[in-house]
Amino acid sequence: MTNSIPEISQHTDVIFIIGSNTAECHPLVARHVIKAKERGAKLIVADPRLTEMANKADIWLRVPAGYNISLINGLLHVIVKEKLYNSDFVQNYTEGFDDLEKAVERYTPAYVEGLTGIPQQDLVEAARLFARAKNAAILYCMGVTQFSYGTGTVVSLSNLAVITGNLGRPGTGVNPLRGQNNVQGACDMGCLPNLLPGYLAVTDEGYRARFEKEWHVKLPSKPGLRIPEVADAILGGRVRAAYVFGENPVMSDPDSDHLRHAFEHLDLLVVQDIFLTETARLAHVVLPAACWGEKEGTFTNTERRVQRVRKAVNPPGEARDDWWIFSALAQKMDYGRMNYLHPQEIWDEVRRLVPEKFGGITHSRLEKVRGINWPCPAEDHPGTPILYQGGKFATPSGKANLRPVFFDPVRIPEEVGEFKNALAGKITELPDEEYPFTLTTGRRGYHYHTGTMTRKSWPITQVTPEQLIEINPRDARKLGIEDGDFVRLSTRRGSIAAKAWVTERVPEKTVFTTFHFWEANVNELTVNSTDPAACIPEFKVAAAKVEKITPAEFQAILQEKKKKYLVDLEAEVAGRLKSGRREAHV
Amino acid sequence: MLSCSEKGRTERVLTVCPYCGTGCGLYLVVEDGHIAGVEPDSLHPVNEGELCVKGYFGYQHVEDPRRLTAPLVKKDGRFTPVSWDEALNFVAGRLTRIRQESGPDAFVLFASARATNEENYVAQKFARAVMGTNNVDHCARL
Ligand code: SF4
Ligand code: SF4
Repeated sequence: MTNSIPEISQHTDVIFIIGSNTAECHPLVARHVIKAKERGAKLIVADPRLTEMANKADIWLRVPAGYNISLINGLLHVIVKEKLYNSDFVQNYTEGFDDLEKAVERYTPAYVEGLTGIPQQDLVEAARLFARAKNAAILYCMGVTQFSYGTGTVVSLSNLAVITGNLGRPGTGVNPLRGQNNVQGACDMGCLPNLLPGYLAVTDEGYRARFEKEWHVKLPSKPGLRIPEVADAILGGRVRAAYVFGENPVMSDPDSDHLRHAFEHLDLLVVQDIFLTETARLAHVVLPAACWGEKEGTFTNTERRVQRVRKAVNPPGEARDDWWIFSALAQKMDYGRMNYLHPQEIWDEVRRLVPEKFGGITHSRLEKVRGINWPCPAEDHPGTPILYQGGKFATPSGKANLRPVFFDPVRIPEEVGEFKNALAGKITELPDEEYPFTLTTGRRGYHYHTGTMTRKSWPITQVTPEQLIEINPRDARKLGIEDGDFVRLSTRRGSIAAKAWVTERVPEKTVFTTFHFWEANVNELTVNSTDPAACIPEFKVAAAKVEKITPAEFQAILQEKKKKYLVDLEAEVAGRLKSGRREAHV
Repeated sequence: MLSCSEKGRTERVLTVCPYCGTGCGLYLVVEDGHIAGVEPDSLHPVNEGELCVKGYFGYQHVEDPRRLTAPLVKKDGRFTPVSWDEALNFVAGRLTRIRQESGPDAFVLFASARATNEENYVAQKFARAVMGTNNVDHCARL
């Protein structure tokens, strides 16, 4: 996020939420949005589904899954045409306005309505509301990024914030809501194939030298493989060993059958986790890790707030901290510079290596406050909840870049070639006669990701016990499907079965479901085409078909999935481990 | 230091929710060395004394009986509990051989958006400094 969460309830006058099911996925962010509304702020929500947030919106723009860029360009068009942009800000702090103006010329409200079905009046009103706000904030999530053109969509959102001058002040900004507790931290710490800790490029000799000195090794300069590229690299024989820690890629990755298939070809698969996950069941070696609540360290939330996590109980049996396991393995492999005794030592190494971002965030400071937002270069620096203050941007010129972004569902628009900085996108797999529905994916309020953790909480499984496939009542009627009937959902990659939830939450010709349940994991169906810049898979659109099936057919499919995910193995191994431990105690 | 197995003692340990990126502050209530419940942190600027269902009830996995409690090596297709030494020797030996035969880029590491900063830092350092590859990524995109 460019800004911090509490600013929303304190300073924001107009909140624009796009592609984020905030009430279910980030409930305590949603609370600040509701508090802002109580103070009189206005809410614009763009989402294909009638989510809780859409329900509370002053203006709900029901954009079809995949058409965000058309919508945002439409907003930009109105703001430019009606001269509602912040001309001082544009003049002093940006470059590329003329190109942007030309690029959005075509996206008139009528044209956007033709593409998306969003009523012209709503689009115009939303644009005016946003542009006239004193402080407007944009919140977005994977509904924006999980497309093959996700980067383009984020750039168009930043265009919107920049031309209205909504950056660098309290209550404004372009704010991604990060899905996982420490996804921000994993990126910050360099768990990316092209970036060292602190976002320092591996291709830069100077940055590598910084790490080589501390680590006493020569570092590779070629960027590594990105996760969506791994399956093909394994099948092509280029990758022979994989080490997975704290992730469950055979459930969470797109086109997951393909990845499982690849994993079965590895010479070595090591999985380090707290449970025998669907991925761990395929491993040659499984290493038991300590879990949250059993270990010390830091997490970094979506606001870049670095916070202490603490140990409350001991890990079970022989389970060990992840850092201990990596250190012990490094020593076995004769690498001597990873002999840590406590996470604080590790954090101090990070501070030494990337002082410009983390230098001032010491453990002793973290004992006294509820986190510090990086960048925080010195111990007397308060941290940086708001980026780009005073209109200073992290570009060579110090100005914000405005870049034209184009979209067409079918083909990449030709105009792209006329602009030097432009981005463009199209949908990888459009509905057709055989697969007439658009399938889009996400989460439920009470569950989390692949369900490894939340499905072990009885209050949570009680309220959300099973997978549901959302389908619009008009489509359901045509297919003879009633609420609670079993249906089979298929794409070109596979099929899953679950109960239908007949609901207006989804628009016609769209179906929605989640990846919380192995019984019906939607990632067996998703497309493995990725954004060229960010390599994000296109989870949010695939062409699908829906058929009603009998309870007997459903049971048969369930048994098949149970076999495929080796479901019984978890209980079997847990049983053996338990009896083993008891023997050891006697 | 904060773990406590003495009978009858209750402790509150300040930490951060392990689920979404909002990062709400909470206390783990520890009784007799076990987690007995969760209380929201009222001084936290983001959650101000509130939590969602996941924050309140999502801790139950920690002491679930299915937790892994020993290193496992698959022998003849069956997971067999072994000592840390045996497991790590096995992995170190295989990784060393694969690196010798096929080069450092024959290794990939999937890091974790769920683990701590320190653990992720050490993981990527393992890939880069020990194995010699930039093949490290995590599910930021998923
Ligand atoms: S599931 Fe998707 S939409 Fe929901 S929080 Fe995670 S990333 Fe965001
Ligand atoms: S309590 Fe809920 S909103 Fe807060 S971090 Fe946990 S999951 Fe996210």
